[in-house]
Amino acid sequence: MTGLATEHPHDDGSLALVEAALVELRTPAPAALLPNTLVAAGLADQYTVIETALGPVFVAWNGRGVSTITEAADKTAFETRFRQAFGRPIRRATSMPAALGRAIAARLAGDRRARVPVDWRGRTSFEQAVWKKALEIPAGEVRPYSWIAREIGRPKAVRAVGTALARNPIPLVIPCHRVVRVDGHIGEYGLGGPKNKRTILQAEGVDVDGLERLAGSGLRYTGSDTTRIFCLPTCRNARRVTAAHRVRFHSEREATTRGYRACKVCRPAVAA
Amino acid sequence: MDDELPGLLARDLDGAFERLVREHQHRVYTIALRITGNSSDAEEIAQDVFLRAYRALAGYTRERARQLRLRPWLATIAVNLARNRLRRHRPAASDIDSLSQAEVPRANGGTPQVELARRETAAHWQRLLADLPDRYRVPLVLRYVDELTYPEMTEVLGMPSGTLKAQVHRGLHLLRAAHDAAEREELTA
Repeated sequence: MTGLATEHPHDDGSLALVEAALVELRTPAPAALLPNTLVAAGLADQYTVIETALGPVFVAWNGRGVSTITEAADKTAFETRFRQAFGRPIRRATSMPAALGRAIAARLAGDRRARVPVDWRGRTSFEQAVWKKALEIPAGEVRPYSWIAREIGRPKAVRAVGTALARNPIPLVIPCHRVVRVDGHIGEYGLGGPKNKRTILQAEGVDVDGLERLAGSGLRYTGSDTTRIFCLPTCRNARRVTAAHRVRFHSEREATTRGYRACKVCRPAVAA
Repeated sequence: MDDELPGLLARDLDGAFERLVREHQHRVYTIALRITGNSSDAEEIAQDVFLRAYRALAGYTRERARQLRLRPWLATIAVNLARNRLRRHRPAASDIDSLSQAEVPRANGGTPQVELARRETAAHWQRLLADLPDRYRVPLVLRYVDELTYPEMTEVLGMPSGTLKAQVHRGLHLLRAAHDAAEREELTA
């Protein structure tokens, strides 16, 4: 700053006091600025632990959105796994940003309209299509893997759909647990295995045992003999049909042959 | 420091961005703090400056990123954001950091009395600076607090060096007069 002190030599030093005072106003940035900026840019993440129907889970996020939701034995195990998987630094946050916390809580409570930002970097367009389609499945309902494959225009990619769902980075928020096998078995689950999948589905009101029994006997669709519409068994329209008017079908063909049309809500015709 | 960094940012933005923040965070924060007079506003603005820089760099060609003059470029973003903040919400005197919050560089080994005196002095000058019209305050901050050259200030503020020199000179005189008036007031109180 010595160069600036002589900038106004004609003022007989009366301005030097002001110049020196201004120089003294230089101030170091708060320690949090650097880490917070890296998080906001998506070059580092923060995490916290939230309570869910499956118990506590770790949630990590950055400025682009939620990057992962997972179980871990403890914070060290989580942090180590995160760094290996994402190659970014991570630190525990004192709390989650309020808006994000509200959105996640609403999504976990079954509100599909709650907008949870997601960090999609490194994910293929196919994976994103699968996960976004899974978001359309309401709480309390399930769809087969083949339903997702058909809905995203890749009817033969059923196995790839399963792989993509297994790689779902934010289970619970993206409800991959609502996707089951067409034969009625609930299938695998990335967040702690099939037992957890059963727990979370039951918490959402799905009669998992009843669903498995039904599919075990080969009955995959439920119709109403008053509306002549057939649905997937957990569709909200199917659950409204009273026992007296309920009809079961083994196949889409059987239903259509008997004069039933596919439900426009659960679109079962693509599920076979 | 600017010689090497633009090239690094052009080659590997994600890898070099942390260095950009490390090297420029204090000056960007100080510019925002001394224009707005409010430390929480300044922290938000400084973060926003770097985010905007990151997004801009992500869209630049390598050549354009390599040719960036980071000091005036970041100062331009900081000044614009700080001015926008003031336009939306000109702080009442009570919003300007009080003495207890007045942020000044910590002196090594100073006694509590010396530290308090430094804080009082900094708060005094910050108040005088905050009372200056924008056209004087911003050039003074860039010239003395951020130590930009006049050609760099021309890049930031889009005004000729001669005009900026006149504004700086006038601003110094106004500050000096305000300081003298404050001292007289204190003596007669």
